[in-house]
Amino acid sequence: MKKLMTGNEAIVQGAWEAGVMVASAYPGTPSTEVLENMTAHKEVYSEWAPNEKVAVEAAIGASVAGVRSMASMKHVGLNVAADPLFTFAYTGVNAGMVLLTADEPGMYSSQNEQDNRNYAKAAKIPMLEPSTSQEAKDFMKEAFDISEKFDVPVLVRMTTRVCHSKGIVECGSRSESGKKPYVKNAQKYVMVPAFARKRRVEVEKRMALLEEFAEKTPMNRIEDNGSRTGVIACGMAYCFAKEVFGDDVNYLKMGFTNPLPSKLMTEFLQGVDKCYVIEENDPFIEEKVKMLGFSEKCFGKNTFPAYDELTADVIRKAVFGSEFETIDYDKSKVVPRPPALCAGCPHRGLFFELGKRKNVMVTGDIGCYTLAQGAPYNSIDTTICMGASFSTGHGAQKAFDLKGEDMRVVGVLGDSTFFHTGINSLTECLYNNSRTVSIILDNRITGMTGHQENPGSGRHADLSEANIIDIETVCRALGCKNIRTINPNDLKAVKDALDWALSLDEPAVIITKYPCVLKKFSEHDKKAFPDAYKSKSVVDSEKCIGCKACLKCGCPALYLDRETGKAAIDSLQCVGCGVCEQICPKQAIGKEAR
Amino acid sequence: MTKSVLLVGVGGQGTILASKLLTIGLMQEGYDVKMSEIHGMSQRGGSVSSQVRYGEQVYSPVIEKGSADLLVSFEKMEALRWLEYLKKDGAVVVNDHEMMPMPVIMGQAEYAPDIIDEIRRNCANVKVVSATAEAMKLGNGKVMNIILLGSLVRSMGLENIDWEKIIRDNVKPAFADANVEAFRVGKSLV
Ligand SMILES: Cc1ncc(C[n+]2csc(CCOP(=O)(O)OP(=O)(O)O)c2C)c(N)n1
Ligand code: SF4
Ligand code: SF4
Ligand code: SF4
Repeated sequence: MKKLMTGNEAIVQGAWEAGVMVASAYPGTPSTEVLENMTAHKEVYSEWAPNEKVAVEAAIGASVAGVRSMASMKHVGLNVAADPLFTFAYTGVNAGMVLLTADEPGMYSSQNEQDNRNYAKAAKIPMLEPSTSQEAKDFMKEAFDISEKFDVPVLVRMTTRVCHSKGIVECGSRSESGKKPYVKNAQKYVMVPAFARKRRVEVEKRMALLEEFAEKTPMNRIEDNGSRTGVIACGMAYCFAKEVFGDDVNYLKMGFTNPLPSKLMTEFLQGVDKCYVIEENDPFIEEKVKMLGFSEKCFGKNTFPAYDELTADVIRKAVFGSEFETIDYDKSKVVPRPPALCAGCPHRGLFFELGKRKNVMVTGDIGCYTLAQGAPYNSIDTTICMGASFSTGHGAQKAFDLKGEDMRVVGVLGDSTFFHTGINSLTECLYNNSRTVSIILDNRITGMTGHQENPGSGRHADLSEANIIDIETVCRALGCKNIRTINPNDLKAVKDALDWALSLDEPAVIITKYPCVLKKFSEHDKKAFPDAYKSKSVVDSEKCIGCKACLKCGCPALYLDRETGKAAIDSLQCVGCGVCEQICPKQAIGKEAR
Repeated sequence: MTKSVLLVGVGGQGTILASKLLTIGLMQEGYDVKMSEIHGMSQRGGSVSSQVRYGEQVYSPVIEKGSADLLVSFEKMEALRWLEYLKKDGAVVVNDHEMMPMPVIMGQAEYAPDIIDEIRRNCANVKVVSATAEAMKLGNGKVMNIILLGSLVRSMGLENIDWEKIIRDNVKPAFADANVEAFRVGKSLV
């Protein structure tokens, strides 16, 4: 049957057809929907792991014990998971194991643009790069077969555009080849140096066999159109190249990209006078082309940018110096529309108060609260990676103290980030007795990536009820003596808690506990937050003096009415969090039942 | 010939459902279809787009600047933002509705009152549709996206596809009638 599917949906279809039985993941755009869609298949055990390292380890365990397994993550997630991967590459698999990385050329929702193909090379494992949804499905099945045939975990490298584009996919049925007997084998699975040295030799033998495979697999194919110009392309860049060159050039379409097929590439390159190597991000294939001695024919990063997507217009401009004609108009009228914290977002109250503090550095983290970096809060000083806020804050506080500067450091991160790597980060502060203030923005869900459950949210990936790991209890168990849990929509409570924490000379934790506006409430939430989002606020235009003080809280539901010059609230967006009410000096904002 | 339709708006306005229904219809009609959307921060009120391309064989799911046959904008400012993606002789369907971006709320920028005029000055084929107001009249502001789908279908000459069935098959039964009605309204507006 034919279906329209996103690349992510097709990955799930392929894994399911291949008989996958365990799927673990940590959310991250653009990979999140893989695990979300997998939960629809009840034959597969699907879970959210607290972070990517743990997800890969769970998949490794399942593979060794004898069922086909997979782990999926965004590109930066593989940094976190690199440790188990590099050694699993030595032990190899029992049942097939596939690791899916979703890279982000263009950085639509990421903090960097790293090219994870380098991981396949460094870890010495095979890698597949699908270009379309159909290939995403087909390659996923291939990946499981390769994994078992060559006794190795396989990396499938997707990119945002492949993950989030839809195309037509021919769907098949599930094979039940996902199970293998478990046989204890310490020489293979216990990587003490003596055994690891033996496996190390196997790794090189396997790479040689994989290169032979790469020469023959139809995933790498030459399309001979009788031209003297060649294009080598992979992933979505192949589709973009086809859009530009059509059938006017010869192609070497590469789907299996580690190890690269020297003979096939040589044959192709010998048949053309010049060759464009069109690949997004790093010159991964290009370096091989040059190693094979074809530098002079090769047009790669000297022609195409090493950053961003290589969309058809980029290729067209780089090769032909031309672009399509566009309509000319007054672009100064276009106002930017940056993403903003939602109306009623429970992070707003904290950043409204924190933004006012002087001599405070705020070390940030990755989540919706990263948006507090911009106007009107301008609150955040650093954003590096998940879990980094408390530990960079700790280092920064030590630096200020050593320099004798009058600065205090406040770190902020969310509940999902706390469970991801924030616990380690907080441990650093507590163990090394940092006088930083560590704030956990507990909105009861993983917000930024589209509301996935986490160890504190009360539900599993399939929405079944889960044990709630209570953040305050964890902080106490780690030995933190100064902890306050507050409602962030109560501005006085926020201010008091900040005053209190900053008055201390030892580690302090503030937990702002209130569910995200967009969270689908669990039964537990309904009991714990019975009044949440049950009202909305309105401006009494008689009382309003148009002072604009309320607008400073940055709620997208608030605006100044052009005609009356008074504040107004968009009733469709407002959820009655009450933050603006507390700011108004004239008590002009009040509640209305919803 | 590959056709390109660009749907743009503000996160949460329902561009994703509209383009999903569009691609289903096109596939049923036998076209090769590709669709692309970037929705990382879409729920946070940012600018969003769904790109749909269809024809005999479609390679790229991405619409290049200067190549869209039709731009359907769910909000006025967004139409202007994406206008450079339109072909010189392309058409625009724009919802006569304003949503204030944060810089306007904060008083750092002005929402120009003459956005539609600016589009008309530079583009011959512009249809302004009061989709939000019409949706309110139908008693459900959310069906605005299906009204615009109706206008889109008419503008691209795709009326022969059985859209009402596709809508019924893909929305919650409780909202099926409202959406079918919205679709009819949308067709009649252009
Ligand atoms: C290593 C890594 N994995 C995943 C992501 C993707 N990601 C960005 S923010 C985020 C979750 C944030 O959730 P939370 O901390 O609860 O904050 P919220 O968005 O709910 O405010 C994730 C998973 C990432 N940036 N880095
Ligand atoms: S999704 Fe939730 S946490 Fe994120 S900005 Fe919106 S309300 Fe805030
Ligand atoms: S109560 Fe005020 S701050 Fe809260 S959502 Fe409504 S308008 Fe925004
Ligand atoms: S703070 Fe109060 S008085 Fe000032 S503009 Fe807002 S509603 Fe009006």
